[in-house]
This record gives sequence, structure tokens and C-alpha cells, in this order.
Amino acid sequence: MTPNKPETNLEDPARLAAFEARIAAGESIEPKDWMPERYRKQLVRMMSQHAHSEVVGMLPEGNWITRAPTLRRKMSLLAKVQDEAGHGLYIYCGTETLGVGRHELIQQLLNGTAKYSSIFNYPTLSWADIGAIGWLVDGAAIVNQTMLAKASYGPYARAMVRICKEENFHKRQGYEIMTTLAAGTAAQKRMAQDALDRWWWPSLMMFGPHDTDSPNSDELLRWGVKRKSNDELRQRFVNLTVAQAKAIDLMIPDPALRYDEATQNWLIGPIDWDEFWRVVRGNGPCNRERLAARRQAHDDGEWVRVAAVAYAAKHARAESTSEAA
Amino acid sequence: MTTMANDSTTRSADGGATPADSQWPLWEVFVQPPGGEPHEHAGSVHAVDAETALQNARDVYTRRGEAVNIWVVRSVDITASTPDDMGPFFDPGNDKPYRHPQFYKVPRGIRM
Repeated sequence: MTPNKPETNLEDPARLAAFEARIAAGESIEPKDWMPERYRKQLVRMMSQHAHSEVVGMLPEGNWITRAPTLRRKMSLLAKVQDEAGHGLYIYCGTETLGVGRHELIQQLLNGTAKYSSIFNYPTLSWADIGAIGWLVDGAAIVNQTMLAKASYGPYARAMVRICKEENFHKRQGYEIMTTLAAGTAAQKRMAQDALDRWWWPSLMMFGPHDTDSPNSDELLRWGVKRKSNDELRQRFVNLTVAQAKAIDLMIPDPALRYDEATQNWLIGPIDWDEFWRVVRGNGPCNRERLAARRQAHDDGEWVRVAAVAYAAKHARAESTSEAA
Repeated sequence: MTTMANDSTTRSADGGATPADSQWPLWEVFVQPPGGEPHEHAGSVHAVDAETALQNARDVYTRRGEAVNIWVVRSVDITASTPDDMGPFFDPGNDKPYRHPQFYKVPRGIRM
């Protein structure tokens, strides 16, 4: 076995061509394979943001665990939030194969320098918001992640396959909540509609800026990290969701929404990108609150980490004593 | 293992000074599905020792009855072939078509 050679900063054009040929042939890129530094950087950026989103995504929902209306709902929500923690870990583990420590990434999240999906900076004001999140936010995430399950980087793709399998339950439990509320009393139905009104546009923003304004898209598409553009994915989500809203008699809050026979797409009105950038830059309704909650959760877990280390040390000592005897 | 200046520095299992808040050793997780299939790599976890690595692996990778057995092994203890070796290393297996049944001719009409 030859030891890993240190990589030079200069990309060898022949190696780059061979790398791109592998991607074109649909091969999976694995951790020890040669890859352009830029590919590695893009993956670290994208995967760490994705992992952080799973972790921060627990907060708006965790908020409602104690107030879930029935035991059944509470069990589902607990399981869903636990899944999100697992999903964060799957992706952090994938990111570590690129030579970045999880600790380093978590520090970036806690000190506010890392980005995560802006959707989690919106508040969960009523129980219906938990329905809307499962239905719309997880629904949008599934559309995105189904595409990423075919990403060229093996560890990322495999994490996505695992996540997609689990996330269908998230979406269905959310839609079930909305269905129940929409078929309930007038007040319950208003609650469901209000949640849809508030979560619809932020959900559409989850797919990122329009293709024409998305600086990373070309490269990500060329290297097979993404297989479809932001606008293509958003359109797919809209087409799926409009029918689901109609089925439970809720109104999509977009007066411009119309069906286009020629393309068989539901076309949406303009997205408020000022709002999108405002939230991305840290001035959404809950950016500070989310990070503060995350920091507190991390600090509150300190004793568990200390105890685990002490426990392992104690057992290591006991083992070495019994070996010596 | 990285050592950092930190107030909460404690002794780790292997005797090195490790901040409690730092990364614990990385363990690769292999999960055996029910039905007699072999163990398959699922991912990795951080843990102070083998026992907690197993518990973490159970919580992270087997929340839905995916496994009847889990292996955890320290990532640093795995020796792997490298992509650079790929051609020559696997050569001995690639140039022997007579190891495959299709190499052998069978009279027409005979079912094997």
C-alpha cells in the first residue's frame, strides 16, 4: 500500500479530466479518491449546512412536544425529533470522511458562523405549525434529498438514502395533522389555514434562489453533487403539494397560482427574495433564539460528556488492573 | 486526538488529556440486517469506549429494527486498500476469466 501522498494545490488537468470522466460515467466518488479541492470544499459547505439544518430543525418542533394534543401525536413527534438528531449525525459522519472534524463543524454552528436552512428561523406559533412543518418542510426536504441520494459523493448519497427512507413518516404525520385540523371545527380549520399561509412561502424558499441567481449551482450540477436545479425541484414540490392542499380543502396563499396546460405545471407568483436574504443573513424572526437554544442544549449536555469520559476512564483502569493481576 | 486548552479537560480512556467537549474517537459501524445477510457498513459514531460506541450505534443506525447485530471498530484500526493501488492490487483477480463459468463450453441443448 502506498501511503496517502500530500495533495498539491495545483490541480493536475489530467487528473481533473479523469475525475470528471468518472462523474460523467456515473461512478461514485469515495473518500480516498482524488478530487478537486473545490469539489471537496463545496461538499463540506453543503453537507455541513445540511447537517446543521437537521440539528437546528429539532428546535421548532421540540418546542411542541410537551403540548402535543394526544399521546399518539406526542409519540410521533418525539420519534420525528429523534430522527432529525440521527439525520444530523449521518451527515456529520459523511462530512468527516472529507477530513473535517464534527467538533469543528459544531463549533461553527454554536458560534454563529455556520449557515443552516432558513426555514428553521420561523416560529412555531400553534399546533398546526407542527402539521405544516411535517407536510411542507419535510415534504420539500424529501424532494431535495431524493435528488441528493444520487449525488456523486458516495458517503453523502448513502446518508441521503437512509434519510429518505425515514422521512416519509415525517411528511405523512404532518399531513395527517393538517387533514385532521382541516376536517375539524371552524377554529381548527382556521388554524390549519393560518399555518399553511405562514409556511408556504418559506417552504418554497428552501430550494434556494432562482437558477439565474444561484452562484454554486453550475458547479454542483457539473460535478453531479446536484442532479436537478433549484427551480426544477421547487416546481416538483409545488406540483405535488397543490393537489394535497386541495384534497383537504386548504387554500395555497398565492393569488397568482395557476395551472399551465402546456407544461402541466402549477405556476407560482413571485417569491419575496428580500425576505429570504434577510433571514439568511441572520435577521429572521428566530435566528438568535435558535442559536441560543442550541448553545444552551450543548452546555446542558456537558455533564453527560464529562460523565461518559469518567466512566470510560474508570473501566479502562479496572481492566488494566485485572490484566495486571 | 487533538488536545486543546479547555477548563473541562479530563482524562480520556487511553490516558491522554482530552477536553470533555472535544471529539471522542471515531468508530465505524457495521450493521447486520435480519435475514442472514452479512454485516454492512452503516456509518460512524464518536464514543469514549466500545460499550458506548455500541449504544450510540444502536440509537443512530437501528431505530427501526434494521439490525440483529452490530459491530463497532475504531476507525484508526481499519486498514484499507487505496484508490492508487486499484489497478495492480486487483489485477490477479481480473485476468483469470477461467474462474468464471462462462469460460467453459457446454454442448448445445444441455442444461447445467
